[in-house]
Amino acid sequence: MEEQKTIVRIKKLNKSFGDLHVLKDIDMKVLESDVVCLIGSSGSGKSTLLRCLNFLEKKDNGQIIIEGEEINPGTQDINKVREKIGMVFQHFQLFPHMTVLENIIEAPTHVRKIPKNQAVEEAKELLVKVGLEDKTDVYPSKLSGGQQQRVAIARALAMKPDILLFDEPTSALDPELVGEVLTTMKELAEDGMTMVVVTHEMGFAREVGDWIVFMHDGRIVESAPPEVFFSNPREERTKEFLKTTSLK
Amino acid sequence: MPSFSHFFETLTGSTNVFIDAMLLTLELTAVSILVGIVIGLFFALLKISNVKVLGYISDIYVYLVRGTPLIVQIFILYFGISGIFLLPDFWAAALALAFHNGAYIAEIFRGTIQSIDQGQMEAARSLGMPKSLALRRIILPQAFRRALPPLGNQFIIGLKDSSLAAFISMNELFNVATTLGSNNFDEMTYLLIVAVYYLILVAILTLLVNLFEKKLAVSDR
Repeated sequence: MEEQKTIVRIKKLNKSFGDLHVLKDIDMKVLESDVVCLIGSSGSGKSTLLRCLNFLEKKDNGQIIIEGEEINPGTQDINKVREKIGMVFQHFQLFPHMTVLENIIEAPTHVRKIPKNQAVEEAKELLVKVGLEDKTDVYPSKLSGGQQQRVAIARALAMKPDILLFDEPTSALDPELVGEVLTTMKELAEDGMTMVVVTHEMGFAREVGDWIVFMHDGRIVESAPPEVFFSNPREERTKEFLKTTSLK
Repeated sequence: MPSFSHFFETLTGSTNVFIDAMLLTLELTAVSILVGIVIGLFFALLKISNVKVLGYISDIYVYLVRGTPLIVQIFILYFGISGIFLLPDFWAAALALAFHNGAYIAEIFRGTIQSIDQGQMEAARSLGMPKSLALRRIILPQAFRRALPPLGNQFIIGLKDSSLAAFISMNELFNVATTLGSNNFDEMTYLLIVAVYYLILVAILTLLVNLFEKKLAVSDR
């Protein structure tokens, strides 16, 4: 099998908020078509790490290398970089003053600058993909949380990103709506989308993840393929964490 | 107090003069609100920019306007600026009112812009939108919608404040009412008449703002 391309490489990444050192010497690698699940308790730094990847948080030092190129907000056009890195937020963040369709074509028409009719075509295909083709002209306030999150996924996909970041995509959802979003994400993974997912859904991480990264207190404590990580964790911290989450 | 029949006769007998005055009041109000919105948006954007100095400039402007009476501002513009270059009376009054409304409108816009969830800006930026585009397409439309109720309030205040232009001899509603009142030794009747005109104008303005609010509220339905 030919070797997978490295999409993201992080070296010795550090980040502090004032006195609080939230990311400590993070080293990480995301390979093309892989699904990397970031897990760990709240405050362990996993969301901050994710946000550093598309520069919503500025790193203090270390390297972020995306598709072979080291990215620094001072020297590169961050907007261009972000076009290639999609992001899905915990609270969806759909644009409430726009319909579902307008939400999806907004960035393609104004950033990628493709013709509107082409953007609409692509948006409709994406809506079929996330199973919401009947919601084209509806405003987000009329959708359930799960539907909103699937629109948000379609919106991110409309920019044709090389990698998709998910920041606790199901944490704000009612329990019965979690499944539909996870299913959509699983289908994306099967299509070969490269994904980094911050999640508390252990079942999803085990089933869909290609690589599990466990963070605690700003450090990566353990990272391994899910078969190894869940059945045979090396670190004491990991064992404790898995024990508490399996109690649910 | 004048009798009702006298009030009614005077009201119907003076419509010609009052309609002209009302048009002038409307022009003053329209110009001062439109220019005030532009000024207000400009200073609100200065305030929310990342450059501290620009924020201070905005603070000073708002402080100066809110800290001095409108009539003082009108006189300063009328006597002061007209001494430097010729400013038609209408524009002295309209610009003073715009400059005044602008400060309050700037505060309204600043508040509503800052009330939009920061995640909206992050979502827009994560799609590759530059900050200016994200502001224009995502933040400002939402902020403007939220600003409508307080803006409507400010428009009403602006309409009534235009009566102060009477003091630089603009023949707007209030001036016409006091002049006619003293000429006819009948102040109270004319003051009641002018009150009716203001009430009608405010009713129309309120209706327009409400209509506009409803139109923009589609996304909530």
